[in-house]
Amino acid sequence: MNPVIPLDQIQDEDRDRVGGKAFSLARMVRSHVNVPHAICINTEAYNHYITSTGLRERVLFELNRKSFDEIRWEEMWDASLRIRNMFLNTPIPAELLATLTRAIDSRFSERAVVVRSSAPGEDSAKASFAGLHESYVNVRGTDSILEHIRLVWASLWSDAALLYRQELGLDVERSTMAVVVQEIVIGDRSGVVFGKNPNDPSQAVIEAVYGLNQGLVDGTVEPDRWILDRKTGQIISYTPAHRAKAVFPVREGVQLKQLPSAKLNTPPLDHSNIAQIFDHALAAETLFGEPQDMEWTFKGDMLYVIQSRPITTGLTGDSGDKRSWCLGLRRSFENLKELRRKIEGELIPAMVEEAAQLSRQDLKKLSESELLDEIKRRAAIYDKWLDVYWNEFIPFAHGARLFGQVYNDAVHPSDPYEFMDLLGATGMESLKRNRMLEDMASMIRENPHLAEALRNGKTGADGEFDKALDTFVNIFGDLFRDMAESKEQYSAITGLLLEMAGQSVAQRPFQPKDIESLERNFLSRFEGEKKAEAAELLDLARTSYQLRDDDNIHLGRIKGKMLAGIEEVKRRIEERPSDGVKTRELARLLKDPQYILKEHASADQPETDYRIKARQIVGQPAGPGIARGKARVIADPSDVFGFNGGEILVCDAVDPTMTFVVPLSAGIVERRGGMLIHGAIIAREYGLPCVTGVPDATSLIHTGDQLTVDGYLGIVIIGKTVDSSISVHGSTLAAL
Amino acid sequence: MESASQLRKTLKDLFRSQRLGVLATYGRRQPYSSLVAFAATNDLKYLVFATTRATRKYANLSMESQVALLVDNRSNQDTDFHRAIAVTALGKAEEVKESERDRFLTLYLAKHPYLEEFVNAPTCALLKVSVDRYYMVKRFQNVMELHMRR
Repeated sequence: MNPVIPLDQIQDEDRDRVGGKAFSLARMVRSHVNVPHAICINTEAYNHYITSTGLRERVLFELNRKSFDEIRWEEMWDASLRIRNMFLNTPIPAELLATLTRAIDSRFSERAVVVRSSAPGEDSAKASFAGLHESYVNVRGTDSILEHIRLVWASLWSDAALLYRQELGLDVERSTMAVVVQEIVIGDRSGVVFGKNPNDPSQAVIEAVYGLNQGLVDGTVEPDRWILDRKTGQIISYTPAHRAKAVFPVREGVQLKQLPSAKLNTPPLDHSNIAQIFDHALAAETLFGEPQDMEWTFKGDMLYVIQSRPITTGLTGDSGDKRSWCLGLRRSFENLKELRRKIEGELIPAMVEEAAQLSRQDLKKLSESELLDEIKRRAAIYDKWLDVYWNEFIPFAHGARLFGQVYNDAVHPSDPYEFMDLLGATGMESLKRNRMLEDMASMIRENPHLAEALRNGKTGADGEFDKALDTFVNIFGDLFRDMAESKEQYSAITGLLLEMAGQSVAQRPFQPKDIESLERNFLSRFEGEKKAEAAELLDLARTSYQLRDDDNIHLGRIKGKMLAGIEEVKRRIEERPSDGVKTRELARLLKDPQYILKEHASADQPETDYRIKARQIVGQPAGPGIARGKARVIADPSDVFGFNGGEILVCDAVDPTMTFVVPLSAGIVERRGGMLIHGAIIAREYGLPCVTGVPDATSLIHTGDQLTVDGYLGIVIIGKTVDSSISVHGSTLAAL
Repeated sequence: MESASQLRKTLKDLFRSQRLGVLATYGRRQPYSSLVAFAATNDLKYLVFATTRATRKYANLSMESQVALLVDNRSNQDTDFHRAIAVTALGKAEEVKESERDRFLTLYLAKHPYLEEFVNAPTCALLKVSVDRYYMVKRFQNVMELHMRR
């Protein structure tokens, strides 16, 4: 095996084992284009690594837990994170390591490099796959380079690659990855050139920024842009950027920094630079036989070509394709910081204010037509905030993901979700609410007289309790509107409190982890400016994590105000007994236009000779532990009120309105998948066994079914099990 | 998850593709497994196999007629863990009645024509398993049950 080929020795027949990027660079080297020195770690290295370490099977295993059609994007992200962690924790076998170390040592010693993906087939594909795989800029030292090679290998299985697996032809048994290790050229001006403008075939486009190219490529730095005539090379138009920042190398990696004032008002390129870049683009077009999308950098007057690939249509063009929206959720640190300022400074306060304003309005005083207008207005307000939720809050959740990746890269934990402990969202609104409920439950527990009175539907037995209950309904009452009419609210809540009081306090102890030492350990992996950045990212991730829960509560309040209008309509209709309108149906329809469709959708005809039953369903492990109990399936919001202590909460998606029964439950099973979804966050917070991403959970499981929730393996078993066969350490659950 | 009709199709496809299954019987406080050539009826209600009457499995069956029959499509590769399907049928095994013999024998020999001499030997018994339920394991850990109504 010869896993390393220097760029200048790559031959035509090497194409499949060096990948598109390395192959293009090699052809340019042979044509005397100024390309930085590089070596290619070819696909034999990847293949040897994943075969001899057993990683291939582990990846296969991870990606085949369930059918791809049933995997949400968030679950792909999770799968990708787990795979990435497998690569991080799997050392390169000794012999291969020795070969790679020798090659890297002798070529680069302590010089900084760029470690780039070079996937076979990637650049020749019809669609452009730029950005699906990773590249790392300014990596120094053999150990660090070797680690980044593993990260590039792992990026063959990135969330984006999984999303576009069909276009990529991604296949665990065949797909492979080569890596280019290229000496870094610290250019002072960098950019891209499109030999042919995708929007106008008579033009070429040059974009340029100060510093390194990363800011331009990931969209954090706005480039200056020139449109050229392809025939003459003349500049047709020039659009200057609002120059403010640029990406520069730091000791390890890169950083976005303020641009020195001298450069703020000067374009990064002059006319002769532009002509030189355009010439290179044309030369590459002749060499490769088609127009190129080329990255370049100027170091002083010296122009280097960093990479070149054919111009292809983007992946994001199809408007009906939800995947581009999913990919748009991957935000840069800079973008997330901006989003945080907007969410904390503007959106949340505005949302709180909106809910408060709606509260001040007395619906009872409105005339019927005013009331109907008000309902429409409230529905519009809710829709507006729902848009904000999807467009601003959901993308902000990526803060926690970004942190997870940085944490795992720095710490290499065996549990890829260890980072979530560090985000411990103790300030979350839903936990605050659950604590209030727990306080009231303990009042009942300590006062048998009060308990007896409540059981008989009497109030006023304990002034302090009544006050606490009023406060609770004032703060969180809106969230219950989905489930109960206002007059039923109190009895529903007291019923729940009685149930909670029946549970022993010690049942659900918080297990405080040593957060401080985790945090110290994480930060100790960084130095200087990078340390400050890591601390800033942690802080951002905590906000992101907390918001992921709070936003549901805030949105739930606004929704509650909308529903209050509908309830008022109902109340008035009920006061006119002659009216035959089925008010409950009406209210439900107003709330959920899909309802009718769902009700009338033709169900599968039952087949009389057979009965199908799920025995064991695989989801994702989202909270470690094992729980056994009866299922409580929440099909309708009001089902929550029948919840008994020790049951297992089974739902489509944990709604903020359900989380108050979480402390009562033995475990959680959720159809929606992902580690950073509401249910998983709450379950982790309470130390409950939790399995998410269970296909058809609410139809395959029925209330009263005996369930076993294996939160270690992500499995739900329906029906009786023999107690002794379910052990934490045993592997008796394996079904095959 | 699969619907009942998808599940049945998966079972039929599997039974068509496999010649042999593992029959589990029980006797003298001891489970016992044997490889048998089987065939399934189109309605999935019966699985048919043949054995000579001097075998241990036949002796076991005369003491305990409840059996399990495992049919799978593993290929002895790593990919089995996510690709292989294993189905366990639970039910009651008994010799086919004279009135049913033609029907089950035709079915059996259509699948295993080379066993004609064997099945027709006087010492050989043709047995049917009346299936009560199937357990199907896919993707290593997903388990579905198909209960048969009679």
